[in-house]
Amino acid sequence: MASDTADGSNRRDFLQIAGYTALGLGVAAAAWPFIHQMNPSADVLALASVDVDVSTVEEGMAITVQWRGKPVFIRHRTQEEIDAARAVALDELRDPATDEERTTSNEGVTRPQWLVQIGICTHLGCVPLGNRVGEPKGDYGGWFCPCHGSHYDTAGRIRKGPAPLNLLLPPYAFLGDTEITIG
Amino acid sequence: MSADTPTPKFTGVLGWIDHRLPVISLGYKELVAYPTPKNLNYFWNFGSLAGIFLVIQIVTGIVLVMHYVPHADYAFASVEHIMRNVNYGWLMRYMHMNGAHMFFVVVYIHIFRGLYYGSYKDPREVLWILGVIILILMMATAFMGYVLPWGQMSFWGATVITNLFSAVPLIGDALVTWMWGGFSVDNPTLQRFFSLHYLFPFVIAAFSFLHLVALHQFGSNNPVGIDITNKDKISFHPYYTTKDLFGLFAILLVYGFLVFFAPNFLGHPDNYIPADPLVTPAHIVPEWYFLPFYAILRSITFDISLFGFTLIDAKLGGVIAMFGSILILFFLPWLDTSKVRSANYRPIYFWAFWLLVVDVIVLTYVGAKPAEGIWPTVGLIATIWYFVHFLVLLPLLGRFERPRPVPDSINKPVLPKASPLGPQTQPAE
Ligand code: HEM
Ligand code: FES
Repeated sequence: MASDTADGSNRRDFLQIAGYTALGLGVAAAAWPFIHQMNPSADVLALASVDVDVSTVEEGMAITVQWRGKPVFIRHRTQEEIDAARAVALDELRDPATDEERTTSNEGVTRPQWLVQIGICTHLGCVPLGNRVGEPKGDYGGWFCPCHGSHYDTAGRIRKGPAPLNLLLPPYAFLGDTEITIG
Repeated sequence: MSADTPTPKFTGVLGWIDHRLPVISLGYKELVAYPTPKNLNYFWNFGSLAGIFLVIQIVTGIVLVMHYVPHADYAFASVEHIMRNVNYGWLMRYMHMNGAHMFFVVVYIHIFRGLYYGSYKDPREVLWILGVIILILMMATAFMGYVLPWGQMSFWGATVITNLFSAVPLIGDALVTWMWGGFSVDNPTLQRFFSLHYLFPFVIAAFSFLHLVALHQFGSNNPVGIDITNKDKISFHPYYTTKDLFGLFAILLVYGFLVFFAPNFLGHPDNYIPADPLVTPAHIVPEWYFLPFYAILRSITFDISLFGFTLIDAKLGGVIAMFGSILILFFLPWLDTSKVRSANYRPIYFWAFWLLVVDVIVLTYVGAKPAEGIWPTVGLIATIWYFVHFLVLLPLLGRFERPRPVPDSINKPVLPKASPLGPQTQPAE
């Protein structure tokens, strides 16, 4: 062709590369709505926060509430449970976190008697046992996941079994003395 | 008795249509005249059986959809409605439920047949790969179908299996949220699984068609594993249509027994408890056909580290091993370096094959046990053996094993030395 350059490339090469690039971008742009439609819809994302009245939860007891379809564990810990959690050295932990970090709300308020966590095992998503009276609490007095045997301590930290992380903490805040807002 | 039957010229209305749309002569060529080795044994029945169970699943499934409601609030109740109110609804559901079990029994036997007789070797590699694709699609279909009744096992099985993908580095959590359409398994998850559960069987049907096209390119392998000419083949109809029909009746006895006398024998009672996102059943087990893979998943309980730096944590390791155990089958035609197909002529591979069968049975057993006591160790050993078989043993055997002499005709093994039928078949020595 007349427009051939010294290195042998020509206008047609340019048009081809530009054409295929435009085509690729177009296909990707057209595919995106078909992929993105599977992500959480607006109403699912809009699921508001929940306010929980914890005045009836006695020391040593726990409740389970639902937030974004997930169970949230709220435990009113005894002094022994708090002491047990604080006595652990950080280097013994798979996912190191102090007890204070585990019991501090979003606005930075620490109330060690209240432990608020997402009740989902960080291994493969089962709900661990130990929140209800009579359920096994595992070797460390916290929670036990029956699915593949993960043990969590009284601060919800992973101590034994296949789970890689501590129980996750939801965003939450204390409203007065007896109410907690999750979300 | 050879299979060189020419396709007849169709006349009349059939001929008129066939001239314009040659599917009649094509069907005749591929399903009636189709030359088939005359020495196939009953293990060659399982391919057509798999096709029949696919049809059974599609027919019963379409009927179930006429009554089933794909919504988290109604799904469980609608399945109970099918069981109690819909005319013959119990039959349709039990046929579908146990049809899935039978489908896997049949396909697993079909696959092990291929492993024993080396049916994946040159020139049938693509045929084999299409089969592995069908297996993966079947697993996805059955997994999503099991979620539809929205019982406790449906819900928690779906939760555990979808959570596997959270092990993917960097994008894991976004991927899982995308699959769920929310922040946990919920109604959006159920609805998309329903959509795909309806779609995938038809994709399987398309791949089965390609599987057959690839099969008919070179024809069936046979128990002796040698290439044969049309002289040693017979027409598919009536010889193998009859034999396949006989096999079908035999397997229908088993299927019928399950459907009518033990419909829930292979199922899990917890799936008759409605899904509860706040309570996990004490012992989650997948359906039996997933157990070997589940055992492989759970066998990796340790992090893989290099110089104190964790490369692959236990969770990701388990996921890689599980998917790897299936994906490895894609490479089998190249991992097995032996030119001899049939295990009948491979003295060491013969035992390796049976050891693999035992290994998979052990994995199945371990998969059903809680991960306590000796079971994790047994599972780990069985997992290691599974991979050693494919990645180490097969490549080495092709080099070091001395195969027994392979006959040059499929007639040799069946005609005894002093056979009055064939003085011409006397052995060379
Ligand atoms: C490859 C073929 C298929 C397999 C392996 C398969 C497998 C399954 C399984 C294991 C279940 C759960 C049964 C139970 O425990 O109750 C199920 C349920 C269901 N399947 Fe399928 N299926 C297949 C094809 C289809 C097709 C083609 C349709 C629709 C056109 C369909 C519609 C349904 C429906 C509505 C349910 C829920 C009702 C129930 O649970 O019984 N299936 N399927
Ligand atoms: S999901 Fe809890 S240990 Fe596996």
